[in-house]
Amino acid sequence: MIHVDPRERNFIIGTTILLLIFGTAVLVSSFAFGFQVPAPVERLDPKLVATPGQSPWGDPVEERVRELAPNKYEVYILAQAWNFQPREIRVPVGSTVTFMVTSKDVQHGFRLDGTNVNMMVLPGEVAKLTATFDEAGTYNFVCHEYCGVGHHTMYGQLIVEP
Amino acid sequence: MYASVKKLTGWYLGVGMVALFIGGAMGPLQKLEHVGINVYPALQNVGLNSYYQGLTIHGVLNALVWTTFFIVGFLTFATVNSLERDLTHPKLNWASFYIMVIGLVMAAVPVLLNTATVLFTFYPPLQASPFYYMGLTLVVVGSWVGGWGMFLTYYAWRKENPGVQTPFIALASNITMAMWQIATLGIATEMLWLIIPWSLGWVDGIDPQLARTFFWFTGHPIVYFWLLPAYVSWYGMVPKQVGGKLFSEPLARLVFWLFLLLSIPVGLHHQYLDPSVPAGWKIVHAVLTYSLFIPSLLTAFNIIASMEIGGRARGGTGLLGWIRALPWDNPSFTAQNLAMILFAFGGIGGLTNASYNLNLVIHNTMWIPGHFHLTVGSGVTLTFFGIAYWLVPKLANKPLFSNKVALWQAWTWFAGMLLMSNGLHILGLNFGSPRRTMLGVAPYASSDWQPLLIEAALGGIILGVSGLLFYTNMLGTVFSKKTLTEEIEMPVAEPLDPHPAPAWLDTWRPWVVATVVLILVSYGPLLVNLISNLNLTSPGFNALW
Repeated sequence: MIHVDPRERNFIIGTTILLLIFGTAVLVSSFAFGFQVPAPVERLDPKLVATPGQSPWGDPVEERVRELAPNKYEVYILAQAWNFQPREIRVPVGSTVTFMVTSKDVQHGFRLDGTNVNMMVLPGEVAKLTATFDEAGTYNFVCHEYCGVGHHTMYGQLIVEP
Repeated sequence: MYASVKKLTGWYLGVGMVALFIGGAMGPLQKLEHVGINVYPALQNVGLNSYYQGLTIHGVLNALVWTTFFIVGFLTFATVNSLERDLTHPKLNWASFYIMVIGLVMAAVPVLLNTATVLFTFYPPLQASPFYYMGLTLVVVGSWVGGWGMFLTYYAWRKENPGVQTPFIALASNITMAMWQIATLGIATEMLWLIIPWSLGWVDGIDPQLARTFFWFTGHPIVYFWLLPAYVSWYGMVPKQVGGKLFSEPLARLVFWLFLLLSIPVGLHHQYLDPSVPAGWKIVHAVLTYSLFIPSLLTAFNIIASMEIGGRARGGTGLLGWIRALPWDNPSFTAQNLAMILFAFGGIGGLTNASYNLNLVIHNTMWIPGHFHLTVGSGVTLTFFGIAYWLVPKLANKPLFSNKVALWQAWTWFAGMLLMSNGLHILGLNFGSPRRTMLGVAPYASSDWQPLLIEAALGGIILGVSGLLFYTNMLGTVFSKKTLTEEIEMPVAEPLDPHPAPAWLDTWRPWVVATVVLILVSYGPLLVNLISNLNLTSPGFNALW
């Protein structure tokens, strides 16, 4: 074995315990508080995804905010260079909204201010996360992956109405 | 001594520094844009078409070219001088250099012609000119060949010195290059199988999710490929430069083996928010990423202890008095010590990025460039500047142009980086401001961001000035009319404990086997799953910039 100075051994033990505490906290909080990251939904053909009748993202834009039950919504957002469709979504306060986002061209990002909704949006894949909105207000959702020279103009708004 | 490697290293460093000069010059322009000073229209005359073309230049030249050229040159030099044995196949190492230069030119031309404005991550289906991808591939292949030249030299040394323990610097340098050979299999597969045939029009579609997965297979270990040469200097050279000894040489060796083992099977922590990677694999990589902090924490103790030996040997007393006694008038030491401090902040912040849940808050926000400018932009780059302050005079056989300018350079880099990274971290954490974005004209940018953007811009300008100080010194040294009065030796730290490390820390096979097994376990099932559900449906997009 290696000879290790006692002070160094204490440091190694102490920092390892610290990392174990951090790691445990991360894992416990991930499972205990309904934490979610995007996980596989389905794989699509991005060339067809915006075609009417081929997928929910092919439906008219005003039909893509769907009320499944009172205060329970599902939104199909299509990302493309350089906008989101729909770009404005209105739901009443207290709503739980599931965001289903895909791209019909290049990679994009989707981050909704003030929530834990943050995901990569890839052509051919469906990014899905859910959030509940207990406070009225306007929340921006912003594209955070470079997608061409108009990238910085790509955003939309979720308006939570009182 | 070893004249051939001197010249070779000089060329690697020279090309790397030219790349950093051009790439670095883009940095302050980006920060100015964020505060509303848009200089890009004025630069169209010189062929810079957009913010994003500049950003591509910044990323490719700084993160890929400067680092790789400096590292291959420095590690080749360090191996030869540590083994005290010349290269067995110098032509192979020169071939490496030429392949890398050809690759660099092939990649740089489309970038400069604005046909490859896809940033250095080149996420498909953004589609650049095929020459861009082939050029970057050649840079990687060239770095492999440089590694082979090192391995053959090391192998010959082992034959000539049976039973002798490998000197630390040579061992650490070779482990770094071995890790790189394994790590780059991801990007090589992405390029040769998916991207290059698609960019040439031989196949119609690409699978962006699989391409990302191959990219990040290489994309995390690449940061250790950048960092480990700095560790070679911090462990193997800095203790000597401060008049100390390496506190625990066996643990330093162990750290390098742990980095070989753990650098690669962690790439999914860059893909926590990817849609088609199962959460279970993300958690596996989250745990492995946390274990990767252990060798860095070992490093923190060992290097600080080694410097303390030096500070006390120089007459420093008391709990912290040894710090004042360190050779702060030596720019090579000062630059590297300040790099270590910045790197420590970067490492602590990195715990957030690595955390499976906290990452949600900061993913792809300004926090991320804030983080990696502390790591690769400071821990690595400022260390390389510190190395250059002794290595370039040695290679050029000329004294350093100015110690004073070098000290100013190190401190201005430190100050500029503190300001910039502080602003960027807070922008990401509090406001979610997106990274890689022309924020000066973004419609959603809030006025609350302004003070932080100004702070970051101030930092960026100071960094620009610091960069100019570095280049003044390098040019002043290389074109000086003076010659060295006495030869500069590569600093080689002695171990505090003269007993050699145990044999298992000088044995390759078990470590390499364990590395491969861990990669197969952590990546194998996911890759089989993604490949068996291949989704080659995305056509290329080459007109979005």
